[in-house]
Amino acid sequence: MSDKPLVEVQDMKKHFPVSSGLIIQRNVGLVRAVDGVSFSIAKGETLGMVGESGCGKTTVGRTMLGLYPATSGSVTIDGDDILHLKGRDQLRVRRKAQIIFQDPYASLNPRWTVSAIISEPMRVHKLFATEKERTERARELMNLVGLNPRLLNRFPHEFSGGQRQRIGIARALASDPLFIVCDEPISALDVSIQAQVVDLLEELQDRLGLTYLFIAHDLSMVRHICDRVLVLYLGVMVELADRDELYENPLHPYTKALLSAVPIPDPRKDRARKRTILTGDVPSPLNPPGGCRFHTRCPIAMDVCKKEVPEWREAVPSHFVACHAVETGKTE
Amino acid sequence: MTTHTPSIPQLAEDLATPPLTLSQLGWLRFRRHKMALVGVVIIIFLFLFAFGGALIYSEQYANYTDTSLRLLPPSAEHPFGTDTIGRDILARTIYGGQISLFIGIVAVIIETLLGILVGALAGYYGGWVDSLLMRITEALLNIPTIFLLLVMAKFFGGQVPEIDIGGRVFSGSVIVIVVIIGATSWMYLARIVRAEFLSLKENEFVLAARATGTSNAQIIFLHILPNTFAPIIVSSTLSVANAILSEAYISFLGLGVQAPTATWGNMLDSSANYLDSAPWLWFFPGMLILLTVLSINFLGDGLRDALDPRSRTV
Repeated sequence: MSDKPLVEVQDMKKHFPVSSGLIIQRNVGLVRAVDGVSFSIAKGETLGMVGESGCGKTTVGRTMLGLYPATSGSVTIDGDDILHLKGRDQLRVRRKAQIIFQDPYASLNPRWTVSAIISEPMRVHKLFATEKERTERARELMNLVGLNPRLLNRFPHEFSGGQRQRIGIARALASDPLFIVCDEPISALDVSIQAQVVDLLEELQDRLGLTYLFIAHDLSMVRHICDRVLVLYLGVMVELADRDELYENPLHPYTKALLSAVPIPDPRKDRARKRTILTGDVPSPLNPPGGCRFHTRCPIAMDVCKKEVPEWREAVPSHFVACHAVETGKTE
Repeated sequence: MTTHTPSIPQLAEDLATPPLTLSQLGWLRFRRHKMALVGVVIIIFLFLFAFGGALIYSEQYANYTDTSLRLLPPSAEHPFGTDTIGRDILARTIYGGQISLFIGIVAVIIETLLGILVGALAGYYGGWVDSLLMRITEALLNIPTIFLLLVMAKFFGGQVPEIDIGGRVFSGSVIVIVVIIGATSWMYLARIVRAEFLSLKENEFVLAARATGTSNAQIIFLHILPNTFAPIIVSSTLSVANAILSEAYISFLGLGVQAPTATWGNMLDSSANYLDSAPWLWFFPGMLILLTVLSINFLGDGLRDALDPRSRTV
């Protein structure tokens, strides 16, 4: 890993206004989907991002590519600030960063052939002079993702979920990106297909030197593919550590709860372990709890947690956490 | 996770049939739609009737008046009979058909373009663009269409001079009617298109295009619009019928296509006083309107099914 990170996200916020009114729109609230997130990803690294549904994972992935206008903050990809560039300059950054979506059925235009879908990024970025060369490149990409190039003239509905996800990956690769946001790329797939797609992503990373932000809620899959893992709760970061460190020595009670929810394929071990079970749902991001956002569901919440926002600090070298209990040493 | 040896699995997808193009698939599906095929045949027949018939009967003959021959029932000499001032109804339905089909098709083209433009901009951009365009649309919808048509026909009528196309003179009123029918009927289509855009723009394939850097215009016209063809085609085919009928209303109230130029609509209306005594006055233009409307609707149904790539039946 080089010294300078490829992707740098600084204090990114994304608030969605909730408006009402027929003609004159008034803002009646603010959904703080992402509320100040900062992280960086080194070249060739895979950063996992985990958290429950509704904690802002997908919003982070989409906002950092400029798909939603960010409320504040900056995202630098390979030296270019993607959120503040316009026109041609923004197009240049877009070529370097791509996204793979969760739903392989919604992410491919049903009216376009696979060939048109895969060559679209090449057309937009004017990568080849002729349509023939683009089709040739699409052929190569089909081979690369394990699909038969003879299927280029078919429509997405003629493929299975796993094959469609491969088409989505081929499209993401078409502009020769450096960085790919994988937004739960396997959650919608059959378990037997999940492993194939993850293997494909890993193989492509090795071959092409890609950098991934891998969004998931399946912690065992994250452990398999990621180098570092970031835990998100209600739009804020709660813990960030190297994969093995996080899985073996989780500090934040939320991370512990997530990890204890991972099934162990051995009933005896599973019964023997101590599980932290969270009650209730994630509170509404419309009105997040003050202090530490997790205090309403935290098994070890103290008075200070309700009042003060815990500081993001390096508890163990390269292991960051935001928790009052960790600061005072009362982690159990 | 178990350790998999990273390899790209070869999928069994070598199918026996060669890939079909979109048009081939569409034709295969369309062909199964028997009523749509009947519709196409009838439409071809109607065009042959209106444009081929003009080779047999001259326009002078269609407008030739002889009151001694008034209200003759169908006979060998006048297969469709004659009207109240002795003109041959067959010849008039031929020339009227040209005008009616022209009005129906061109008005719908105008309507569809306006509807798509307004609906697409409102649905895609949302926010104040949407509010503004939709309030205008609703305001126009709240004015009774017939009133709007009449006011516009009165206001613009006579302002367009006669035009000469290929040696034939068309009344400027035809152009006026086409434009005002198109301009007063796009609102429903705009709402349909807007609704489609609202739901389609949230699809991940649109986000993928934006992530790639595709321009808004390309996203609107190449990504989203083709996915809204089905409701647009259905709505537009119905509108052809409505446009032909709208022309009939206006002509009936004296503001439409001016005599002696015939249209199916104004022929139908001039027969209002002879419903019992001379049924051939309304039967032939009425049948032609009915056939046109029905066959265009069948065609629309067939196209909708044929153009939907999600339908798996071939």
